[in-house]
This record gives sequence, C-alpha cells and structure tokens, in this order.
Amino acid sequence: MADAASRQRAASPLTVNGFLRATEIDTRMLGMLGALAVIWIGFHLASGGTFLTPRNLWNLSVQSASIAVMATGMVLVIVTRNIDLSVGSMLGFIGMTMGVMQAEWLPTIWGYDHPLTWIVALAFGVGVGVAIGALHGWVIAYLGVPAFIVTLGGLLAWRGGAWWVTSGRTVAPMDGTFALIGGGVQGSIGAAASWAIALAACAAILAGLWFGRLRRRSFGFPLRPLWAEGVLGLLGCGAVLAAVAVFNTYPWPSRVAERWAEANGTVVPEGGFAHGLAIPVLVALAVGVGMTFLATRTRFGRYVFAIGGNPEAAELAGVDVAWVKMKVFMLMGGLVALGAAISTARLNAATNAQGQLDELYVIAAAVIGGTSLAGGAGTIAGAMIGAVVMQSLQSGMVLMGLDTPLQNIVVGLVLVVAVWVDTMYRGRKA
Amino acid sequence: MTDANATPLVEMRDISIAFGGVKAVDGVSVDLRAGEVVALLGHNGAGKSTLIKILSGAYPRDSGEILVNGQPAEIENPRDAKKYGIETIYQSLALADNVDAAANLFLGRELTTRWGTLDDAAMEAACREVMGRLNPNFTRFKEPVKALSGGQRQSVAIARAIHFNARILIMDEPTAALGPQETAQVAELTLQLKQEGIGIFLISHDIHDVFDLADRVAVMKNGKLVGSGRVGDMTKDEVLGMIILGKCPPGATPGPGALAA
Repeated sequence: MADAASRQRAASPLTVNGFLRATEIDTRMLGMLGALAVIWIGFHLASGGTFLTPRNLWNLSVQSASIAVMATGMVLVIVTRNIDLSVGSMLGFIGMTMGVMQAEWLPTIWGYDHPLTWIVALAFGVGVGVAIGALHGWVIAYLGVPAFIVTLGGLLAWRGGAWWVTSGRTVAPMDGTFALIGGGVQGSIGAAASWAIALAACAAILAGLWFGRLRRRSFGFPLRPLWAEGVLGLLGCGAVLAAVAVFNTYPWPSRVAERWAEANGTVVPEGGFAHGLAIPVLVALAVGVGMTFLATRTRFGRYVFAIGGNPEAAELAGVDVAWVKMKVFMLMGGLVALGAAISTARLNAATNAQGQLDELYVIAAAVIGGTSLAGGAGTIAGAMIGAVVMQSLQSGMVLMGLDTPLQNIVVGLVLVVAVWVDTMYRGRKA
Repeated sequence: MTDANATPLVEMRDISIAFGGVKAVDGVSVDLRAGEVVALLGHNGAGKSTLIKILSGAYPRDSGEILVNGQPAEIENPRDAKKYGIETIYQSLALADNVDAAANLFLGRELTTRWGTLDDAAMEAACREVMGRLNPNFTRFKEPVKALSGGQRQSVAIARAIHFNARILIMDEPTAALGPQETAQVAELTLQLKQEGIGIFLISHDIHDVFDLADRVAVMKNGKLVGSGRVGDMTKDEVLGMIILGKCPPGATPGPGALAA
C-alpha cells in the first residue's frame, strides 16, 4: 500500500506511462477514442471535408442515439453471459404498438395532439418492452433455455407480431410532441439551453472529482496527484463544452428559421437559430449516465458483473442469480422501447420493417465498446462510443458515396478486427 | 473440551440426495458442537462435499432434516444458510474473478450508503482491515482477484467466511492450494476460531492435518457414513481403514455405511 502510494506520487506527468497511471485513465477507452478520431479524420479527408462539419456531427449524434440507448442494455445482457438477438424485432413490435396507440387508439378518446398522448404512448411502449423482456428473461433464467435460442425465437416472433398489429400497414404520422423525441429542428433544445446543460455537466464532473477525493482521503486511501485531478477535470469539461459548441454552430435551415421568426414576430439573428443538443441525444446521454450509475454504484450492477465473472460463485454468495438475469432482460426490454420511441419519432412513422438488423448493430456496438462475449467485462460508456463508431462508419461511407453492399462488408470487417485487437489486448494484460 | 451433552450447534439427520438415480449422499447423520472441529473424511466421490453443500444451501436435499441449535432449519439456498450463521469456504473458492477483493468479500452483503448506493470506500476500508489481520502482505486491493496468487485468493475466500460473525464454518479442502507456511497459518486460524466458540466442519484429504486439528472425525464412503468418533479413540491406521475399506474400528460409532463385521 505504502509503495503503491509512493509510486503514484512519483509518477511524472511528462511520460506517457506516468501520465496514464496518475490519472487512472482506462487505456482501453483511450484506444477507442483514438480509433474514433482516426475514423473521423480519415473520412473527413476522404470525403473532401464534409465529415467534420457541425451538420454532419449533429446528424451523427442523432443517428447514433437509438443504437446507443439499446447498447447500454446489451452490455449488461452480455456481461451476464447472455445475448439478446431479439432487440430489432422487439423494436419493430414496440414501435408499432406505440404508433397505433398514439395515431389510432388515443385520438378516438381525446382527439389528436392531446398533451398526454406522447407520455401515455411512451409509457405503454416501455411497459410492453419490460413485459416482453420479462417473458424472455423468465424463460431464460427460470426455465433454463439458452438466451441465444429464446431471443432467436423472439427475433422471429416479434417481427411477426409487428406485422400482426396492423397487418403490415405503416402507421403515420406520430403525435406532434412524441415526434420531438426523434430530434429534428423542433426536437432540439437550442443554444441557450444547451450551454446551460453543458455548464451543469461540467459542474457535475468537477463535483464528482472533488467529492471522490474527499472520500478517499477520509479513508486514508492513496490519492491521485492534484495535477492529475486537474487534467481530468479539464479534459472532461473541455470535451463537454467543445461538443456543445459544435452543435450550437449548426443553424436551422434558413427557410424554417424565417418561417418560425415570422410566426413569432421576431427576426432571424445573425448566424440563424442554432440546433443545439437534440432531444434523442439528451435521452441517450441520460440513459448512459443512469445505466453507468446502475452498473457501477448499485448492488444490482455489482451482481450483474459478479454473475458474469462466476455464476456459481455468485449463487453461492447468496445472489439470486435467476432474478438478476430476469431483471437484466426486463431492463433490456425497457431500453428497446426507448430506442423504438427515438426511431419511430425520427421517421415520424412506425413501419413493419423497423429495427431490422438493429440487434446486430447493438451487439456490435457493445462488443466494439469492449464488452467481452465471455461475460464479466464491459462498460456502458464503451458501448455508447461503440455505437458512435458504428454510425460514424456508416455515415462516413454514405458521404463518400459507397454502395450499401460495400458498406456492410466494411462494417463486418471492422467488427471482426475490433474484437481481434481487443482479444490481443486482453491476452497481453492477463 | 466441549460438553458432549449440550445441544449440538448443527445437526444433520438422515440426509439424502440423488443426482439422476445416483445416491450421492445416502442417509447420513452428522453433528457439530460449538468450539468443536469435526473432520469429514473420505475418498474423492465419497459424498463429503455434496453433504456439506446441502448444509451451505447450494444443493436442496431430497430428504432428511437440518437442526440448528436444536431447531429445524429451513435451508433452501445459500442465503438461508447465511441467515443461520453458516459460512463456507469452498474448495473452488467460489470467487468472482473479474471483481476486486472487497467486492468478493462483500458479495451478496454489500455495504451501502444512506442513499442505497454501494459504499465502495467503506467496503475497501473493511477489506483492508480484515486482510491486514489475515494476510498482512496483501496489497492488491484494486485488482480483480484473478490477478492474485493462489494463497492470496484463498485468504480472500477465508476473509469472506469469517468477516460476518460465522457460528458454523465449513472449510472444504482449505489448504489444497497453499504452500506449507500458508497451511500452517490456516491451521492456526482454525484453532483461533475454535477458541472463539465457532463450530467448524473441516473437509480434507490429508489425514495428518485432521489429526492435529480435529476433535472428531466422520468418515464417508460411497455416499454413506462409515462411522464417527473422537480422534483420541482411534489411530491413524484405523481411520485409514475406515476411508479405504469402510471398516469401523471399535473406538468409533458405526454408521450405515460400515462394513458388516
């Protein structure tokens, strides 16, 4: 203990190793961010300077949101040594039920654009998602059918179910308020509110570092050097402020801005109205924070990881393994409902084919983000970055004008290579 | 020594369990008093680990009853067993390899803050304290336990069993993974816990360990109890005869598994 502390104190900010040890930055996470930077810069150069623009980055954030939300749940599913192949079909089914709810059932009760419509439809969707997850989880945890099989069945069954709800008919349009969940001009919160959220996030980062330090000191544990805390705070706040600054420089389309200004009796300011953070991105970030809290700060999260590390040991230690597994699938179902809300709202329609192949993107995001298919290891933040990596590849290739089949080939290759690199990294560490 | 007439701390009566038609444990009765070390001996596959897993709640018994302090105890799962103060150090150690020592120490019984979140700092502090007593050289509190040596992992498993005021301790081959020095430490710890009035079931294949530490032995063969008796009433050779041949010596009480004389 004493020598660990002194080693840490001696860590110099001038060497890479010393810097990493002192700041306790996860090298894996750093590697992923590095890979993301390479992808972004590569596409920026290859696409003739269209990738790293506020417009594209804003779109990227919105397009990643649905997969990112679901990937956070998939991390816990995979950490407990399970898999969920049914998320895409569940998304289709839940999206369809939410669509029918708000576009066909609820309007017969209280007419169109009632202020309660969106929340009732969303709550209903989340309820359906949790119920489906509970069904999957119960069969997996209590009846002992492998998750691969149960959710493979779910993949077929819920896609069929999605068709059944309306006999294949597309449901549109969504409720006006509900559609905001999907982003777009109205579904963004604007510059001022975005700055406010950024400042709140910075305050939270600094407070977290400060209280963490106080707490460690009160128990007499080794502390990070002060400069390392400072660097962490600076990096965290810098990233938040930079992201918001980028989103705030993406203006509304000028026609939309003019029409809005006219309707509200003002003029369009210099530079136009800024988009700021999109609502689906806020949803994804909130889910990310909430899921990270759940995974690292609660008993439930601790049990999820312990089960992944050694299910028998968890059972012998008194953990109710079956119930924890069932809850993980319920959580996955609820998150799929949020993903379905984002995706249907963005399309402003619920279609039969919605979410097709999403299960694979979600699993890929989690795995690229460092979740081990052997169970027991993975982070929420990593999975969300994984979702952004997947989306960056896709939208970058679209910008470059690559054909869809070629895009799929590249995404497939990247997935395999990413896991290979990760396997080597783990092998070297162990 | 302990009072032979007092109510046993734990009593397992006529316990049976079968796996797919094979009777792994067949009508075995054993008991344990406070401050006593009872060694369970037998070949591999004799059913001793299975018997003990019934007591620790890992396997549900098919028949028989378990009494704790003379009262029937409902033990259906490991949580129930822990409620009765029954703690187990498994042969496999049963550690979650991917989390650190403190997380393993408190697995299933995490300390929480007043908001219900994990109190990692408090758990680490408690872990440092208990490990400081058990294994003062232990410093790797931040690493997943898979990075630890066999002896260090063993001390985490032992720490977990004794940290929660166990009254009944089950040690399944506690020294199988240890070197001579660590084995001596475990023996010392066993005697110390015995002094504190804890009842200990010691499962071992090493008859020498057992003769130094145990007050009584119970021998199993093919799922049945060959016999049990006080260590002072038999020789090592007689105990070996029980293990290998199922022959119950005159100094021991024969069980249903004893070779017909």
